[in-house]
Parts: sequence; structure tokens; C-alpha cells
Amino acid sequence: MMRNLLPVLTVVLAILAIWYLAAFAMNRAWVMDQAARAGETPGLAQQIAATMNQDRARLPAPHQVAAELYDGIFGKKITSKRSLVYHGFITLQATMWGFALGIVFGVALAVLIVLSRVADLMLMPWAIISQTIPVVALAPMIVVLTNAMGAGSLMVPKAIIAAYLSFFPVLVSMVKGLTSPDAMQLDLLRTYGATRGQVFRKLRLPASMPYFFASLKIAVAASLVGAIVGELPTGAIAGLGARMLIGSQFGEPMIMWAALFAAAILAALLIFAVGALERLLNRAMGAQPA
Amino acid sequence: MTGERARKDSALPADPQPQSGAAPVIRAAGLDLTFQTGDGPVHALRDVSLEIGRGEFVSFIGPSGCGKTTFLRCIAGLEQPTGGELTVNGLPPDEARRARSYGYVFQAAGLYPWRTIAGNIRLPLEIMGYDKREQVSRVEKVLDLVELSGFGKKYPWQLSGGMQQRASIARALSFDADILLMDEPFGALDEIVRDHLNEQLLALWARTGKTIAFVTHSIPEAVYLSTRIVVMSPRPGRITDVIDSPLPRDRPLEIRDSEAFIAIAHRVREGLKAGHADG
Repeated sequence: MMRNLLPVLTVVLAILAIWYLAAFAMNRAWVMDQAARAGETPGLAQQIAATMNQDRARLPAPHQVAAELYDGIFGKKITSKRSLVYHGFITLQATMWGFALGIVFGVALAVLIVLSRVADLMLMPWAIISQTIPVVALAPMIVVLTNAMGAGSLMVPKAIIAAYLSFFPVLVSMVKGLTSPDAMQLDLLRTYGATRGQVFRKLRLPASMPYFFASLKIAVAASLVGAIVGELPTGAIAGLGARMLIGSQFGEPMIMWAALFAAAILAALLIFAVGALERLLNRAMGAQPA
Repeated sequence: MTGERARKDSALPADPQPQSGAAPVIRAAGLDLTFQTGDGPVHALRDVSLEIGRGEFVSFIGPSGCGKTTFLRCIAGLEQPTGGELTVNGLPPDEARRARSYGYVFQAAGLYPWRTIAGNIRLPLEIMGYDKREQVSRVEKVLDLVELSGFGKKYPWQLSGGMQQRASIARALSFDADILLMDEPFGALDEIVRDHLNEQLLALWARTGKTIAFVTHSIPEAVYLSTRIVVMSPRPGRITDVIDSPLPRDRPLEIRDSEAFIAIAHRVREGLKAGHADG
């Protein structure tokens, strides 16, 4: 892990450098404008200082975002409506529900497709087509439908949208995994006179596990995206997506940026958690330690 | 000694019937197998007639495409012949397969990486419905047979190639089939390991008295292991020569330097060349 640290750190530093330069460039126009009104001509050092500390900067500097993040996570009570932890938890709930639904749906469809040629021909094309429809367009429709069916909160449509995005990687990986055993393995089971069910339980299912876990990381990230997208066009007031929307609507870029980074941190945590779970289960199933 | 010399001079192929008078375990008569491919028909097997008796060790040797693996798969019921007769233990091959009459060993060990060695050997026993206690005792017995006792709890990645192949053989022995079909099982291993495994296989054969059909590319291996050697050639796949081995059943590795051994190997090589010339 230490070997990975130096390259990652280098990239992070490069990004920060570019960010600072961009912040300077983008905020400079407003600073120069203000200065012209007051009849002043600020030197470079003053320009830099001014662009790095604006209240409503077009592009907040990294340290400003960091400060806002810190305040939002540790500076507010967890139950406060301004707390990023509170909003993060709302988004996390929808993400987890969507993730669970996506896994169940993805695995069930995959099993069906592998066991039945008819299902394969019928379902696979529709699964692929479903992913080509822009989710942002679909989201309001799903909200309206679920409301009409009596769902009270926004949690249901958000979970559905999250599941919609996360079931596909699981489906594709499971199908690949379930069909991964080669002809020799299948022949071996034929020589034992195994039934189709036995071949499935004893060979196909265990063989698909590595593929399944690989897809989980993608699926959890997709689920988070789905949950946030679900908050955007639906007039939500809680959740990280809602915070981003409020920040942009009310001209408070700091709120927007802080929510954005909070979402990124949440995604990183989720992927890390899924990865750790995968390593644990791999060891339990006797895989070679990498 | 004179008997061996007489056999060495004989140019005729030996009688394809087994020496004992008992009913053959595997019987093929005029077996044909033609694959219809996009490039036209492929005669994988043509007019193959052979009888293998109980307790024999028969090797099949020949270049690629001579039909030796195809013949083995026909016996196993994994391929359907397009002509002729084939019976295993008096049954059609598919019924024999369902009756679990044989164990099959492939060139690759094919162990499941998510199961321990013991778990892998249990696989056929689980499928065939043996109860738990029976499974445990059988696993121990066959691990002992292939000298892998104590490795039951290890995973395949922890074993060398030779040991994995021994585990694969143990798996084929676990359900007491009296026929063993082996398709170049030691082909992927180096010569030193191969020699060791050849010795072990002979010892196993002596202990269990199974009927073994063994496909190989290696002339010394075929001559060392078998009571009978079937030389095949391709295009179309057919039997060119059947050699009854005069070597004693109890064979140390040193026998490979003996005159009798070299003579048989020579005859095998002649049979292969003849097949090559025709094909």
C-alpha cells in the first residue's frame, strides 16, 4: 500500500496545483471589477489574496472547500439540517436500499438468463436497452409513479433509481461468471452423471463468485450516483444531491462544492468497504492470497 | 527369452482379443466416428475394433488427430459414434456412464479452487449421494492410495502440478469404478515428476486391479506402463498395431534400459511411422 501512496500523492498535489491556478483565473474577473469600481489597481499579490478568500467565489479554492467540509461534517450537530453527516446519511440510506435491490434483481435475472435460453433471448436485450435511457429523464417519472402508488417519502423512488443503475453491472458479471466453467469441467460432471441442478449448485455458482464481487464495487458506486440523481429533479430537500441543488439554486457555490466532495468521500468509503468485504470472503473461500 | 525374441521378430499385429477367456470389459467392433465440420467430414475414427479385458492396462499412442482421445471419450459416453458397436461392462457407453462404471482423468487436474483437496475428492461422492460418513472414509482411503494423506485440508494452489494431478486421480478412484480412463494425465508435467507418477500409477494398479485405458504421447510411458499398447494413426483415425507387452507386471524404472523394453519401443515407433506414411 505504501508503494501506491507516492504516485497517488503526486497526482493529488498536481490536481491541487491546477485547482489553485484555476481558482485564481476564474475569480480574478470579479476582483478586478470590484477594484475598478473603487478606483484601485491591485498588484498581483493582492489579487491572489483576494481570489482565495471570496465569499461567493465562482471556483472556491481548495482550502475554502476543506474548511466548509470540516465545518459541515464536524462543526454541526448530526441532526442539524446543515450537517453534511445528516444529508450523507439520507443519501446513504437510499444507496444501500438501491444496492440491495440491484443485487437481488441482477442475480435473479442472471440465473434466469443462464438457465433458460428463452429468457436469455427475451431479457438480455431489454436489460441493455434499459441502461441507454438517461436516468435523469426517468427520475421524475419514477417519482410520479411511486407517489401515485402510495409511497409516502422520496426514499422509494430514490431506491428504485439507484437499483436501476446498479443491477446492470451485477447482471453482466453474474452471467459471465455463471457461464465461465469450461468444457472440461462440464465433461467431468457429465462423467459423474450430475443433474443440471447439481452442475449449477456445485460448479456454476461458486465459479461466479469472483465475478460477483468484482461487480459489487461498480454497483455500489452506480447506486450512489442513482441516489443522488434521484434527489436532483425531484424537489428533494434532504440528501447530498439536494444540498448540491440548493447550493446551485441559491447561488451558494460553497454549499454545492462541499456536498460534492462529501459525496465523493462517501463513494470512496463505500468502495473501500465493499473491497474489504470481498477480501474477507475470498479468504474464507480458499482463494490464493494475492 | 526365446518367446520374447519370437515376438520381436513377428511383423503381424498381435491378436486384439484379451488373453483371459472372461468377457471383455470394453468391447469395440467396427467403431466409426465422423464429425461433420464446415470444411467437410472429419473421420476421427474408422473401423476401430478392440477388446479390453478385466485388469488390463492398455495404452493408446499416436500423433495428434489419430483418434485416441476421441476413442476414450466414446468409451466414456462423452461422444456419440456414428457407426459400429461399443459396450462397456456389457452396457452401451451412455448407460455405463450413468451407472458410474468408470473414473475419468483429464490432462489438467481441474480441481475447484474454492474447495480443499478433500472437498474436491468429495465432489463425485456428493453428486452420487454417498452419506457423510462414507464420504469421509473414502476420501481418506484414496488420499492414502495416491500418497497425499495429510493434504486433505490444503487448497489446490498450495500443491504442485504433480500433486494436483494425483489428487485428480484420487478423485477418479473415490467411487470404486472398476475402469479408469486417463487422457494424457501426466502430459503437462516434467519428466522427473512423470517418472515418479508412472511408478506410483503402476503400484496403484497392482493394488487395486482396475482396468485402465491410458492415452499418451510418450512412447517410453506407453511401453513402461501397459500390458498392451495400441498404436493409432490419423486421417482417418485407425488402429495400426496392437502390441502385447511381454514385460513382467512388476517393473522397476530400470527396466526401461532392458533389451526387451527397447525392442517394444522400436516396434511402437515402427507402427507410428507406418501410420504416418499412409496418412
